[in-house]
Amino acid sequence: MRVGIPRGLFFYHFYPQWKTFFNRLDWEVTTSPPTNKKMAGGGILTAVSEACFPVKVLYGHVLELAGRGVDYIFMPRLVSIEQRSYICPKFMGIPDMLRAQIPGIPPLIDLCIDVSRNEGNLYRELDRWAKKMGLRPGRVRKAWNDSTRATCELEAICRRGYTLGEGIAIWEGKTAVEPGPGDLTVGVLGHCYALNDPLISLGLFERLREMGAAVVTSEMLDPQKIEAAAARLPKRVFWTVGRKMVGTALMLDEDPEVDGLIYLTCFGCGPDSMIARIIEHRVNKPFMLLTVDEHSGEAGVVTRLEAFCDMLRRKRRLELAHNLSPYGEFLYSH
Amino acid sequence: MRITFPHMGNSYIAISSLLKELGLDVVVPPPCSKRTLELGTRYSPEFVCLPFKINLGNYLEAMERGADAILMAGGWGPCRFGYYAQVERDILRELGREFNMVIIEAPDSRLTSLLNQVRRMGIKTSWFQVWSAIRLSWEKLKAVDRLEALQHYWLPRVTDKGRCEKMIDAGLKAVDGCDDLRRMAEVVDRVERDLSGLERDVDNGSPLRIGLVGEIYTLLEPFANYCLERQLGRMGVEVVRDVNLTQWVNDHLFGGFLPSAPSLHATLSLAEPYLQYWVGGHGRETVASTVGYARRELDGAIQVAPLTCMPEIVAQSVLERVQEEEGIPIMTMYFDEHAGEVGIITRLEAFLDMIRWRKMKTGDTDAKNLFGSRCRFCQHEFGGS
Repeated sequence: MRVGIPRGLFFYHFYPQWKTFFNRLDWEVTTSPPTNKKMAGGGILTAVSEACFPVKVLYGHVLELAGRGVDYIFMPRLVSIEQRSYICPKFMGIPDMLRAQIPGIPPLIDLCIDVSRNEGNLYRELDRWAKKMGLRPGRVRKAWNDSTRATCELEAICRRGYTLGEGIAIWEGKTAVEPGPGDLTVGVLGHCYALNDPLISLGLFERLREMGAAVVTSEMLDPQKIEAAAARLPKRVFWTVGRKMVGTALMLDEDPEVDGLIYLTCFGCGPDSMIARIIEHRVNKPFMLLTVDEHSGEAGVVTRLEAFCDMLRRKRRLELAHNLSPYGEFLYSH
Repeated sequence: MRITFPHMGNSYIAISSLLKELGLDVVVPPPCSKRTLELGTRYSPEFVCLPFKINLGNYLEAMERGADAILMAGGWGPCRFGYYAQVERDILRELGREFNMVIIEAPDSRLTSLLNQVRRMGIKTSWFQVWSAIRLSWEKLKAVDRLEALQHYWLPRVTDKGRCEKMIDAGLKAVDGCDDLRRMAEVVDRVERDLSGLERDVDNGSPLRIGLVGEIYTLLEPFANYCLERQLGRMGVEVVRDVNLTQWVNDHLFGGFLPSAPSLHATLSLAEPYLQYWVGGHGRETVASTVGYARRELDGAIQVAPLTCMPEIVAQSVLERVQEEEGIPIMTMYFDEHAGEVGIITRLEAFLDMIRWRKMKTGDTDAKNLFGSRCRFCQHEFGGS
C-alpha cells in the first residue's frame, strides 16, 4: 500500500509521527514535493476563493499526489489535538471539502482526531479505521502509540534552535545548515504551515537570516513556559495555535535578548485576526504584522523586513547612546 | 447601572424585555446604521468578521446614551464569536471607557450564573419575577418569529410592498411595547388580518421560493445583509428560513427539546453525505438546511455570511456538490463593511432570472407566471405575438 501525505497544513508538526505510523503498518509513505507555483496555482483554481492561502496550497499538494497515483491520501480531520482546544473550522471540514471539490480523488484516510474531551475518542476512531481496512485494532493502536515518539523527537530537535521545516529535515537524517549567529534576534510568530512553507512565507526565515537576524520561533521555547505565559489572559484561548502564539509573544516580550516580533498571518485567517490584535496590544517590543496571500509580492515583503531590521538596529544604537527611545517613549517607562 | 447589549435583528425586543423585567435599567443601542458600522470598523481589528464590528459600534453608541454595562455571550470555539467579548472589552478599555462587562459563557455557565451576576449588581429579583420575565420574553420571541414569517409570506404576494413593510414594522413595535403575556398573540393576529386585506399581486400568484442559509447574525440582522429578505420580497420572492430566534434558543439553550419551538437537530443528518462533522458556527446547519430546501423543492438557496467566516467557507466548499447532486441552484454572498447595495441587488436579480429561465426550460410553468405579464426589458406581452 502506498499512502501519500500532502506537504501542507499540520504536515510540519506531525509528518514524523504520521510517517512512523504508516511505516509500522508496513505501508510505503510518499510526500508531495515542496510547494511550487504550479501546485499553488492548481489549488487556487480548485478551492473556493474565500479559503485562506495555506488551504489552497494544500489543495495543490493533494492534486499533485492524486496525479501520482497513490493508493490513499492521508488527510486527517484534525478537530482537536489537545484538551478543550480547537485548531480551525477548516481543519474540521477539510476531508469533506477535498472530496467535494476534487473529482476522482484517491480514497482519503480521514482519521478524525478529536481529543477535546479525552483520548478515548482517538482510540475508538483508530479501531473503527482498523476494522474498515481489515487490520488488527491492536496492531494499529500499537503503531499509533509508537509513532507519538517521533513527535517528541521532532520537538527535541527544534528546541535546539531549529525551525519545524529544518527539524523535519534533520529528523529524516539530512544535515541541516547551521543558522549563523546574527546581531539581531527576532521572534517570529504564525501558523507552522505558513512560516515553514517558503512559497507562503516568501522565505521569511532565510530572508531574516540574510539580514543578520537570528530567528526564534515558539518551537524553540519551553512549551510549559509558553502555556504559563498564555494563562495570563483573562479567558483561556481555545485555539491551539492562537494560545501558543499569545504565550510565545508574552514570553519573548520579556526576553532581553529579543529585539522585536514579527507575526506572519495569512489573509482571511479567522483566529489570527483576533490573536494578532491581542498580542499587539500587550507587547512592548517593536511588533510587525505581516499579512500574506497568493498575491504577495516578494519585493514588498523584503522592503518591510529590511525597514523593520533597520529600525531595530537603530533603536539599539540609540538606546546605547542616549537612553532615549526612537519610538516616542522613555525607555524606563516600562 | 445602565446595561446594554449588541443588536441581532429583532432579538432586542426579547432581550430588552427580559432585562427590564429583571429590574435592570436597559439602554437599547440605536438601530444599526452606517454610523454604527463606521465607529465599529474604526476601532476593530482589520480582518475580523463583520458582526464584531457592528457589535462594537452598538456598544459605543449605547455608551453615548449613558450605558455603563454590557451583556454579551461567550463560547468555546472554534468560531471566533467565543472570543468576541474578550477583544471587545480590551478595545473599549483602551478607548478609556469605564464599564462593567457581563459575559455569559455557554455551556460552562447556565442561566443561574446570569441570575447570580444580576444579583451581584445589587438588584433583588424573586424567582417568580425571573420566571415571568422569561415567559414574557419567550412570548415576544415567538411573536417576532411569527411576524417575520408573515413578512416572508405576504411581501411577495401583495402589490403595495411599502404598506406591507410598514404593517410589519408597526407589528414589531407593538410587540416591543406589549407587556401583557396574553395579548401578544392578539397583536400578531391583528397584523395578519390587516395583511390579508391588502390587494394581491395577481401576476405573482405562485412566487419563487428561495431558502436562506448561513451564519446566524448575517441572516437575522437586516443591516448586515442589506435587507436581503425585503429585497427578495420586493422582487416577488417568498423567503424561507430555517434559522430563527426561537429555533436558536431551543437548539442552543434547551438542546432542541422544547416542544413548542422549531429545531434543526432532526435535520442535521441531511448534511451527512456532504459534511460528516460539525465545523463550528452554523456550518453544518447551512449544509443540512440547503439539502432540506432541495428536498422540499424550493427554487434555490442563498448562503449569506460575513467575509472570512470560517465555518461558512467549509460549508460553501461542499455546497458546490450539494448543488449538483440535489439539483438546487445556490448562490453565496459574503458581506463586509465595503459592500454596496446596488451590487447586491444586481446579483440577486441575475440569480433570480437564472432560476426563472431554468424553470421555464424544464417546462415547470409558463413565462407569464414567472416574469409577470410583460417582459421587463422590452415590455412586450408574454404569450402574445
